[in-house]
Amino acid sequence: MNKSKSYSASLKRQKLFRYIVCAFFCIISLLPFILLVMNATRSSAAIQAGVSLIPSTHLIENWKNLLLKQNGMQLTLQRAALNSLLITVPGTFCSVYFSTMTAYGIQVYNFKFKKFAWSFIMAVMMVPNQITIIGFYRFMLNLGLVDTYVPLIVPAIAAPTVVFFMKQYMESTLSLEMIEAARIDGSSEFRTFNRIAVPIMKPAVATQAIFQFIAQWNNLFTPTMMLTTDSKKTLPMFVQLLNSDQFRTDYGVVYVGLFVTIIPLVIAYLILSKYIVAGVALGGVKG
Amino acid sequence: MKKKKKGVSYGKYGYMFIAPFFIAYLLFQLWPLINTFYYSTLEYYKRNGREFSSFAGIQNFLNVFGLAPGEKAYVLQYLGNTVTMWVMNFIPQILVSLLLAAWLSNQKIKLKGTGAVKVIIYLPSIITAASVSVLFHALFSQYGPITKTLQNIGIISPTYDFMASTMGTRGLISLILFWMWYGNTTLLLISGIMGIDPGLYEAADIDGAGGWQQFRYLTLPLLKPIMLYVLVTSAIGGLQMYDIPALFNPTSTGLVGQPNDTSTSVTMYIMRLYNSDVGKAATVSVVLFAVTLVISLILFSTMGDKEEKRLAKAERRRAK
Repeated sequence: MNKSKSYSASLKRQKLFRYIVCAFFCIISLLPFILLVMNATRSSAAIQAGVSLIPSTHLIENWKNLLLKQNGMQLTLQRAALNSLLITVPGTFCSVYFSTMTAYGIQVYNFKFKKFAWSFIMAVMMVPNQITIIGFYRFMLNLGLVDTYVPLIVPAIAAPTVVFFMKQYMESTLSLEMIEAARIDGSSEFRTFNRIAVPIMKPAVATQAIFQFIAQWNNLFTPTMMLTTDSKKTLPMFVQLLNSDQFRTDYGVVYVGLFVTIIPLVIAYLILSKYIVAGVALGGVKG
Repeated sequence: MKKKKKGVSYGKYGYMFIAPFFIAYLLFQLWPLINTFYYSTLEYYKRNGREFSSFAGIQNFLNVFGLAPGEKAYVLQYLGNTVTMWVMNFIPQILVSLLLAAWLSNQKIKLKGTGAVKVIIYLPSIITAASVSVLFHALFSQYGPITKTLQNIGIISPTYDFMASTMGTRGLISLILFWMWYGNTTLLLISGIMGIDPGLYEAADIDGAGGWQQFRYLTLPLLKPIMLYVLVTSAIGGLQMYDIPALFNPTSTGLVGQPNDTSTSVTMYIMRLYNSDVGKAATVSVVLFAVTLVISLILFSTMGDKEEKRLAKAERRRAK
């Protein structure tokens, strides 16, 4: 009796300790965002005085100052966000649609180089973009495509990790009998893919679309190399400007700029978090 | 005519479906990779605004490794910076992630709200790295609120400036990397632990193994494949780090990580060179490619070997 009592007491202590540690890491993860929001509402002088968790009333004023400062600049925050959208939306579509198509081709059909094609995709999955970028940049330069959005959108067609994920998902959800049945009904192969396979793959398509959108939205390296005209630059490149002398003089403006680039992502994440967190686990087990 | 053989051959559709991927891959990845290797053997120079190139053999490699007169071994220096910052982030990251993963997936000491914890700790990894870097810089800069607060309560001296100290800047870049990625690693490890057969834990319970013993002799060995995956992807990603060091503490004129070039990463060097010296930039890319390849091969072979050796040992023991 006594023994089990002390056991349950130690279990309680153990549990409490674990709750405290987990809470600590949650605070660590959230603290920079909280400071960001608080500082975006404070005046430049108040920010320099130190950390404070009490919001102030300068949010609108800081925002107005930001608009004032970017007045006359080629690249404004709004323009940069629009540019990012113009690249990310078609880019995400390309990588998800064509990756599903590739995975479908390997999963459904039998052909001579099927095994080779699959091994090739697995082998190149981990080759990072940064390594090929010089050759890629020169190639685009020769084609006259530097400073256009083509090099940022079209190469997204080849996304080995997305193909891998889609193939894993197809193995468990796509039945060949269904495709056979569609064939007998006279549906063409591409129609079967678009009308039957893609709808079945919806959950996987949604997950991968979210991840691709995030990855392309956040990309800084390739756009920095490819885009030279200010008015064509993307949001992460605008963020780079926030660190320059033009903005640095007013901290409230820097924080409100960061606020506008970060908080929409946080909100979108919290809405979609169910799919995202499940997607991380799914990609990891087999990855 | 339509049915030559019995049944229609659909094989050609397979090629049609995979064609866009392979055409795009060959054009935008493989061809540039081959060219990058080729460019690394060329010397580029400008005359009257036009660009010329000539074959230079291994001269570019001698240059980047500082073996030619008048050249500094920047590649080695920046590789050193990059690896240091990655290691300082990875060791605490894997330890914290293992701890959290073990606790959040523990079925005996069940915690409430694990779903919320997972959502919160994963949050930083989806935020634009550029914004995160500028945010941390603003918070920790000489007149930043965190620096001021730390000075006021006396943790750091009133004149301390993170941005003027090598350890300060590198430490903060590592902290950002840790902060961004430990949630992702925790989720991956949790999915690995969830994949372990629960019967094994029941058996260990019957044998009287305690919590720590179960973690040490059951969870940890069975997590090896997924830890290898985490290690390899993190190492490859870490070697290419760009956004965070490039925006955190660079000089106002260009991509030199202050103080004294000690927080410059390899990809920042490539970015510095790509317009002015194509041959050198390509050479740095080739070196980065080689290092990435070697590191992943070493990791794969050592981790795999150990497992095999252990199995062989167990086999021998059983034979006795």
